[in-house]
Amino acid sequence: MSYLPHTEADVKAMLEAIGVERVEDLFQDVPESVRFPELDLPAALSQMEVAWLLENMSDENLPGGKTAIFLGAGTYNHYIPPVVGHIIQRGEFLTAYTPYQPEVSQGTLQAIFEYQSMITQLTGMEVSNASHYDGATSLAEAAIMSYSHFRGKRSKLVLCSGIHPEYRDVVRTYMQGMDVEIVGDESCWVDMDKLVEHIDDNTAMVAVAYPNFFGEVDPIEKAIQAAHEHGALAVVVADPISLGLLKPPGWMGADIVVGEGQGLGIPMSFGGPFLGIFATREAYVRKMAGRLVGETKDKDGKTGYVLTLATREQHIRREKATSNICTNQGLMALSAAIYLSVMGKHGLRQVAELCYHKSHYAADEIAKLDGYKVFRDKPFVKEFVVECPLPVEEINAYLLENYSIIGGYDLSKRYPERERQMLIAVTEMNTRDEIDTLVRALAEVAE
Amino acid sequence: MTEPLIYDLSSPGRKGIQMPAPDVPLAELPQDLLRDELDLPEVSEIDVVRHFTRLSQMNHGIDIGMYPLGSCTMKYNPKLNEDMARLPGFAALHPYQPLDTVQGALEVIFNVQEWLKELGGFAAVSLQPAAGAQGELAGVLIMRKYHLDRGDTKRNKMLIPDSAHGTNPASSSMSGLHVVEIPSDDRGNIDLEALRAECDDTVVGLMLTNPNTLGLFEEHLEEVIELVHGCGGLMYGDGANFNALMGIMRPGDIGFDVMHFNLHKTFSTPHGGGGPGAGPVGVAEHLVDFLPGPIVEIVEEPESEDELPVYGFVTPAKSIGRMKAYYGQFGMLVRALSYMLVYGGEGLRRVSEMAVLNANYLRVKLNDTYHVPHDRISMHEFVCEGRFDDAPDIHALDISKRLIDYGFHPPTNYFPLIVHEALMIEPTETESKETLDQFIEAMKAIAREARENPEVLREAPHTAPIKRLDEVGAARNLVLCCRPVNLPEPTAK
Repeated sequence: MSYLPHTEADVKAMLEAIGVERVEDLFQDVPESVRFPELDLPAALSQMEVAWLLENMSDENLPGGKTAIFLGAGTYNHYIPPVVGHIIQRGEFLTAYTPYQPEVSQGTLQAIFEYQSMITQLTGMEVSNASHYDGATSLAEAAIMSYSHFRGKRSKLVLCSGIHPEYRDVVRTYMQGMDVEIVGDESCWVDMDKLVEHIDDNTAMVAVAYPNFFGEVDPIEKAIQAAHEHGALAVVVADPISLGLLKPPGWMGADIVVGEGQGLGIPMSFGGPFLGIFATREAYVRKMAGRLVGETKDKDGKTGYVLTLATREQHIRREKATSNICTNQGLMALSAAIYLSVMGKHGLRQVAELCYHKSHYAADEIAKLDGYKVFRDKPFVKEFVVECPLPVEEINAYLLENYSIIGGYDLSKRYPERERQMLIAVTEMNTRDEIDTLVRALAEVAE
Repeated sequence: MTEPLIYDLSSPGRKGIQMPAPDVPLAELPQDLLRDELDLPEVSEIDVVRHFTRLSQMNHGIDIGMYPLGSCTMKYNPKLNEDMARLPGFAALHPYQPLDTVQGALEVIFNVQEWLKELGGFAAVSLQPAAGAQGELAGVLIMRKYHLDRGDTKRNKMLIPDSAHGTNPASSSMSGLHVVEIPSDDRGNIDLEALRAECDDTVVGLMLTNPNTLGLFEEHLEEVIELVHGCGGLMYGDGANFNALMGIMRPGDIGFDVMHFNLHKTFSTPHGGGGPGAGPVGVAEHLVDFLPGPIVEIVEEPESEDELPVYGFVTPAKSIGRMKAYYGQFGMLVRALSYMLVYGGEGLRRVSEMAVLNANYLRVKLNDTYHVPHDRISMHEFVCEGRFDDAPDIHALDISKRLIDYGFHPPTNYFPLIVHEALMIEPTETESKETLDQFIEAMKAIAREARENPEVLREAPHTAPIKRLDEVGAARNLVLCCRPVNLPEPTAK
């Protein structure tokens, strides 16, 4: 009962004040037939015992930090500067609620305002919201926003197959109650010329990825332009670390940029909590879901920050709101703000360049091996596809068993035509030694 | 007290980090794809540390003082949970690692599923949803799909009491359903006659927050459920207020078909200034196949007692799909498990008992000073009116802002919408009697000030880093970032 402060005397005095005899008397409204059920749950443990138990569970895992990891596919092993973890664990940030009372929440509000500012710069867009749950739900919110933008009169959504398969799953989950047709991701290969053939005057949204799920940088301007020719909204799913190097989608005319912000100082943590980036043009700000922080003045004329445009949100609009989003990922947005501050203009570029050089070195070395083919028709930043002489699962088992290397993503899991294709991610965390060992191991397993 | 923006601390050429030099040959960069400009701050590490530390000092958090924000369950967030979630064996796991390298993580997920099943009285639980609102959306989609799957295609009406959170109607609309609001009666219960009139063969279900947002246990719960089930509808439980019910009543036992849990309320995971939350959804037997996936199951029982079972991911047969990428807010699941293990089953019942005791203690100590419109034994929170007949210029907002000067975070105000000038107070179980007494004293002092010196309330807060802010101006003259971005004109229609 570690966290309960009540003494027996407290309980007694409080019950007396309330005018009941026993604690149980407070629950007379609960139907007797179901009141106070027997629970088949373990007994309480001390904090020390809980720590042992959970440490044991964590020891059953092989974390990326203890071994070389070449797995990406939307979640990346990037460096997290120590300041990020230290600052987000401050109780003032960690244990605060949504900043509904701005006078006692200026810390959270200003940090989100700074996050919004840095995300607009990174994506090249005019406004960013305070974040969504993850990259997948950001894309789903973009789909809903596009659909509502045309008041339901356009019912087609075009999704490129180069978007993370799970993001496309989530769009389908979110849209199942709406009368929409989702097309464009039937093929296992990404071809902008073929994608734009799906776009017509009934299209509400065209979404592409940059870089795509296979790590490739597609000529996304083609899709953006085609979307605009038909009056549809162009959505780009972007990787924020790659944007340290690449032209931002905003410069190419994107209407909405979404992305997974995990790379910005957030641990991989088995897939969550992550950070859903969402940025758009100022013209669409009132149609955007999610929390938004704006600058204003207090009574004395001092600059301060508040949640703004709440009239878009569910607690005001209820059933007329286009999204039910309530919380954002406040602490993760804070992580990204700290990360982008400490990395700054030069650091982020360096991270992106390190990924670029190391992944190209790995690709070059693997391309020299017999039986392996590296796909390099398109440029890439930190991830590339290799066709292997054996099923990817077999290769990964070999890498793990003999070298404790966590190999790349088996593309055949979600792209059946991509048999024996491995998606390899190389970040600033991978040393040349690790890459050389991977290459050696790949050569061995193919022998 | 104000703090400059991080951009204002920037100096050209200053760096906050040194990255290692490349240890591989340099590859040629694709010049035509590169950006020539990225306007991020140029600051040193100590600038960053001081800036964000000073920002943190402008926040109120549970670690600083009582946070009686109704409906948000701002209980103590144990430090042990943070350490556990940060263990490298959890924090550094990639979601696509081979399953035999993440059995411990799957064990965490499996255990949280099992605890929540038992606490809620449900047949299965999915931990996919990222927050309460997403848990609701999952629940509503499950209900919708259940009816469709049975060929019952004309059901499109979701019944929602007028005291409900805004997310309930919003989740229903998002799922393509038509929302019908059901009024409350004068004891704060659902108006049974109004409910009966809407119960027909187009009802998908009823979304019920119980205890409701007045902090009251629905007195006619069995009749309500009977009516909804009677017309073929399903019962949705909004678990926002589950902190009142652990070990007190299992919603599944009384007939709730679906419910979401808020791990960031009931199970002590930190609110983080507005997320991350986690909103697992539990269902009764007939809805198990529709749960969002994947969920974790034992795929191979151990052969002997010394061995561990093998866990794996399974997607339910008629699943509504994925709610987010990967497997839910895993880091939050570790924290919730760490919390539940410390208390054990009996301890969690004690948690709910003490939460209800604290709320009722505050209610009886304050109801002579602040009008409590539904003044009966409440559950974990209660709602009073933040106004006085003899101080007509004072509003709930003024009382809230004045509480800041006394060191307390304000209660939720202006919600639920059915109480005039509502102050919704939820102390949670982790506040001691001494703290509650201090809060009572502060509330009483404010009530006196309202009559004697109303100006001090209207001008409050006086001790915060900033005075009341111009929120209307913020919405009218939007400034959403501090750096300009120039874009080509939008060309979409």
